[in-house]
Amino acid sequence: MNATATTTPTVDSANARRAGRFGVYGGRYVPETLMAALEELEAAYALADADPAFHAELDGLLHHYCGRPTPLYFASRMTEHLGGARIYLKREDLLHTGAHKINNALGQGLLARRMGKQRIIAETGAGQHGVATATVCALFGMECVIYMGEEDMRRQELNVFRMRLLGAEVRGVGAGSATLKDAINEAMRDWVTNVRSTYYILGSALGAHPYPTMVRNFQRVIGREARAQMLEQEGKLPTAIVACVGGGSNAIGAFYEFLGDKDVRLVGVEAGGRGTALGEHAARFQSPGGGLPGVLQGTYSYVLQNDAGQVATTHSVSAGLDYASVGPEHAMLHDSGRAVYTSASDAEALAATSALARLEGILPALESAHAIAEAMKMAPKMAKTDVLMVNLSGRGDKDIGILAREMDLKGAGAGPQERER
Amino acid sequence: MPISFAKPNKPGLVVYLTTGDPDLATTREIALAAIDNGADVIELGVPFSDPLADGPVIQRASERAVARGVRLSDVLRVCREIREARPEAGIILFSYLNPVIRMGLPAFAQAAKESGADGVLLTDMIVEEAGEYLEVMRKNALAPVFLAAPTSPDARLRAIAENSQGFVYAISRVGITGKQAELAADACLLVERLRKFTSMPIALGFGISNAAQVRAVSCFADAAVVGSAVVELIERTPAAQAPQVVGQFVRDLLRHPPQ
Repeated sequence: MNATATTTPTVDSANARRAGRFGVYGGRYVPETLMAALEELEAAYALADADPAFHAELDGLLHHYCGRPTPLYFASRMTEHLGGARIYLKREDLLHTGAHKINNALGQGLLARRMGKQRIIAETGAGQHGVATATVCALFGMECVIYMGEEDMRRQELNVFRMRLLGAEVRGVGAGSATLKDAINEAMRDWVTNVRSTYYILGSALGAHPYPTMVRNFQRVIGREARAQMLEQEGKLPTAIVACVGGGSNAIGAFYEFLGDKDVRLVGVEAGGRGTALGEHAARFQSPGGGLPGVLQGTYSYVLQNDAGQVATTHSVSAGLDYASVGPEHAMLHDSGRAVYTSASDAEALAATSALARLEGILPALESAHAIAEAMKMAPKMAKTDVLMVNLSGRGDKDIGILAREMDLKGAGAGPQERER
Repeated sequence: MPISFAKPNKPGLVVYLTTGDPDLATTREIALAAIDNGADVIELGVPFSDPLADGPVIQRASERAVARGVRLSDVLRVCREIREARPEAGIILFSYLNPVIRMGLPAFAQAAKESGADGVLLTDMIVEEAGEYLEVMRKNALAPVFLAAPTSPDARLRAIAENSQGFVYAISRVGITGKQAELAADACLLVERLRKFTSMPIALGFGISNAAQVRAVSCFADAAVVGSAVVELIERTPAAQAPQVVGQFVRDLLRHPPQ
């Protein structure tokens, strides 16, 4: 060993280690080339977050351009149908571009503009974050490159067209299972290569610090609005809040303002896919057969993996939930028990889509349908005075092709329920 | 055992191999051939499902090896075989973090030491997060090698230099691994900046693929790291001939003057 080398980790201070940590989870595990960029981003975000002018501009755009606040809608027919808790839907599906993703894309887009970055990259699974990012780039006149798994491009083709229409370049990724994880790998390779000119708008509460904190903060508006609306409409806080969890940005956005309200149950719903074996689902918190703590794409969290530490392939009918890891704040909430995590299968999500469409005239995204499926299980077991809020994170137009195939909609109006009778 | 690049009239050379591509025994034979033809250090790459710092060549090699079921424990076995055959060679284990976490940091470090490795480089481990890692490296007398990037400010370079042992691995340019026609101007500048903080040897990697580049690097750094060029050569060579072909390639890299 080199005698002159010190073995003292000079920058491994307790402070540095706490930055971006959620309990033991989170942190920064990236190639050194990205560290300067992450430090620059962290500093720029801290300045923006402390600047009232930044928030004023963001809030103005969220209101006038995106349509915030979104309604908190009492779903009376679904409530009656299930015969238990009163069901409310937080209507993020009504936002411009059709999902909660625009909250974060707009926030980070404004930040990128402040930092003087003209080239934007992003990954996308279901295409909603890609569409939101392409939209923001069009609005601000920025160059936009979106990475998307080829499997996801196939199953969410409408969103690919939308992104291209908005002026974005969509680059297909064929590696691995050609889904969200592979798109993030490729986006990170682009960022490492073009780090000096490029801003990476990560779409979920994932990745290296400061992303999980920053994305959550841009999505907190969901819970902040919902809390005030619930108090106004019901005169009390909800008994439980249900949200789907892929990376987990809509869920953490819905949960965050309620973390201190210990009586409010928080329920995250993962993709149960088509079975409990590794590779058949994306339920990181499932036990047994779920994930184990590990590092994927910059953060320490639960990761679906084999016993050699190779990351597992995943399956879900919904591209947005089809991911092997999960945001580190959810890992902490899982371990502490503050939130509970369950899963809905492909079939349950499809049935929930159909039910919400027919009972309420609302077509949910397949991702959000996982939360509806869990609500349909919970509500009948709850009292009629209980209140159940579902974060309806996105609308289902993008999924029409999948629904047509899975539900055989080409017949004379017969959905799955009719056929089963 | 210190890692030494100091040999008269020869540029220092580090050769990266994706272990298990095309198979474990061939990787071992390729490593021995590289050492016998002048490589000072072998970086034994642990194949990983999500190699996000690597370009297409090493991605493909990694994918093939993962598909064959190559595990960290297999890489350690190959390490031990190389150590037994070539006691003087430098061997560094080169991995993404997750397979190491899965084995457990203390168990990994102990196994790495027993397998005869000199040091470890974890692609996605930065100095700020390295507390426990550095402790188990120290306990097992293994050299932690950190990456230094052209984008790293001086404060980071200092921390990287102070926490690395054996040598510091300087990245020649921003970007992922892969061949490149010319050396970036970034490279020389980064090595100069690093020298302010360390007297350890500095190896320069990323984009180095031919003898002229190796010679150019030797003017300002202590060693060149050649990875993708070797892995690509292995990809298009039948396994039985790969050790001989790579051995010849390594000899050509070190030929003076380069042809």
